[in-house]
Amino acid sequence: MALLQISEPGQSTKPHERRLAVGIDLGTTNSLVAALRSGIAETLPDESGKHLLPSIVHYRAAAEPLVGEQAKRLAVSDPLNTIISVKRFMGRGLADVKHLGRQLPYEFTQTDTAMMRIRTVDGEKSPIEVSAEILRALRQRAEVTLGGELNGVVITVPAYFDEAQRQATKDAGKLAGLKVLRLLNEPTAAAVAYGLDKATEGVIAVYDLGGGTFDISILRLNKGVFEVMATGGDTALGGDDFDRLIAEWIMHQAGIANESGHAQLRQLLQTACAAKEALSQQTSVDISVATDSGIRWQGMLTREQLHTLVDPLIQKTLATCRRTLRDAQIDTSAVQAVVMVGGSTRMVRVREKIGEFFGASPMVDIDPDKVVAVGAAIQADILVGNKPDDEMLLLDVIPLSLGLETMGGLAEKIVPRNTTIPVARAQEFTTFKDGQTAMTIHVVQGERELVSDCRSLARFSLHGIPPMVAGAARIRVSFQVDADGLLSVTAREQTTGVESHVQVKPSYGLTDAEIEQMLRDSMQHAQDDVAARTLREEQVEADRVMEAVNAALAVDGELLSVDERRNIDQALGNLQQLGKGTNARAIKTGIEQLDKATQQFAARRMDRSVKQALAGHNLNEFINPK
Amino acid sequence: MSITMTEKAAERVKSFLTNRGKGTGLRLGVKTTGCSGMAYVLEFVDAADPADAVFETQGVKIFIDPKSLIYLDGTELDFAKEGLNEGFKFNNPNVKATCGCGESFNV
Repeated sequence: MALLQISEPGQSTKPHERRLAVGIDLGTTNSLVAALRSGIAETLPDESGKHLLPSIVHYRAAAEPLVGEQAKRLAVSDPLNTIISVKRFMGRGLADVKHLGRQLPYEFTQTDTAMMRIRTVDGEKSPIEVSAEILRALRQRAEVTLGGELNGVVITVPAYFDEAQRQATKDAGKLAGLKVLRLLNEPTAAAVAYGLDKATEGVIAVYDLGGGTFDISILRLNKGVFEVMATGGDTALGGDDFDRLIAEWIMHQAGIANESGHAQLRQLLQTACAAKEALSQQTSVDISVATDSGIRWQGMLTREQLHTLVDPLIQKTLATCRRTLRDAQIDTSAVQAVVMVGGSTRMVRVREKIGEFFGASPMVDIDPDKVVAVGAAIQADILVGNKPDDEMLLLDVIPLSLGLETMGGLAEKIVPRNTTIPVARAQEFTTFKDGQTAMTIHVVQGERELVSDCRSLARFSLHGIPPMVAGAARIRVSFQVDADGLLSVTAREQTTGVESHVQVKPSYGLTDAEIEQMLRDSMQHAQDDVAARTLREEQVEADRVMEAVNAALAVDGELLSVDERRNIDQALGNLQQLGKGTNARAIKTGIEQLDKATQQFAARRMDRSVKQALAGHNLNEFINPK
Repeated sequence: MSITMTEKAAERVKSFLTNRGKGTGLRLGVKTTGCSGMAYVLEFVDAADPADAVFETQGVKIFIDPKSLIYLDGTELDFAKEGLNEGFKFNNPNVKATCGCGESFNV
């Protein structure tokens, strides 16, 4: 007989149509799986009652890999085949991993695709395959617990994950036989767990202090959609550092030498961690450790002493919070709620300091280790179709920036990448030449500065712009991406209302690998791109100035003496020559020279037009208008 | 006519209701569907129907529409654990046959 869960009123499912969905927090150190049962979202424990699955995979020759606690036990004895913290490698190439600046015990290999691999006794493994093993273990746990096959999962990722890292996470899910309904940002999941998405708008700070990493995210909620305003953090700061400080204090007090053996150090760290955890409940804790001389040292650590030890580290996280708020261009008073994530936020001192900093007591009711998985489970339940449609959250983002071509072949980004959809953005453009009556809109996608390096999506023209001087027309170009990722671009001339538009599917025909490549290129070529952009901008400016001077010469050329005219012509010719070159600075100087040569001319033109305007009028008409 | 609930089931229902923050009780019912004729309904109740029969057992209100009651009379609701899986179980004396999975039944 099947075991039933209580449904919401009117939401009972038909037999065999129950849709099972779980949320997965795929963490650097530990992973969790959570599901919604009888209206309550909770993490699912394994047979021995443990909720956390260590994110560790141990590969064996000719045998199934081990995942979790079993793998963890082999981490010291067989480091080469035991993969720890694989999340740090997701979507990264070998060059990126080297930049992580850590001594890693693995043997990396690079294949012709951009992905790096780790050599094990069971063959070369990509980070995606390793992550898939972790996901497979969680999937199995969930299917046994829920009594059926999963219809879909939501996997959480850090807010700062780029498109390649997100894609790698999705691929790992696919490889583990999961239907990934959506990737959800970890801070967003935490906010969802607290039901903060039920409000219509507001700013939320998510403070995530885990074992080895610290992240702060500032989210803005707008009409049920979370937008990441800014993120900051430290990939090498966490609870482990607190433990180390306490262990060092014990060593100092007990007179234990720094060069103690590994086993003793590990013992000390465990004692330190236990003391830290105990001090969240009580005000002092007795410590007893073995010293070098073999005599046990007995001591006491008070909460005050602990605070003195850890305050500098907490201050460090607060400095990051301050910087991140500045990036988001808000101050603490704008933050309505502070959500605590990560085991280290159990420390009373951390909660106190955060409360002081934000001037609001942080939300701590949900277990900070589980809160992300719980939020993912709630989201998964909605996405799999167990909730009415109107509760559906739309949190998808566009993978690459969308923009259009401007003068000089430059790409102007209208919708930056990672913007949540649906989205509408508009920007005004103007004409480049006097009397211009049509404009071609070239829609492009990509992160590069030059249109030629981006992907062309569509081209269309706007006709019927009334003839005006250059720069006077106002053409509003709107980009709209709907919930399915369909982009429509509309150009509208503001004075006459003439309009033209086109519709495209931006991700059509673009493989995940190509998206990854495009992102990679944009990072590699960042420097070149800036230079190229500067050059093109100067060239466009030179063209514009020359165009204006030529137009003025045609009308008022007789105002100039032969010498003056020669000077201007010379500057014009010089600039034209420079414009064909690639020296942005020289072009800039050329523009300045032409400007100087035409100053007199411009002044005289001004006088003439003033005289013309005044001709036939009495001065009093202007002073005392009738 | 009687509907009962084990202590364990009542405990669970109470905690689910508290956690949910609203709801007056639990709805039991049957609907005609599934591979073996009928299926159980197990839902939270926010607004009871005037026609509902109401039973109070172990401090939990159970609402059942009159038509379902015919099929459920004498049922005891239990909360069971099978390995990692846990959930509610209908011990229904009226059932003559269930489908393989037990999600639907016949009287």
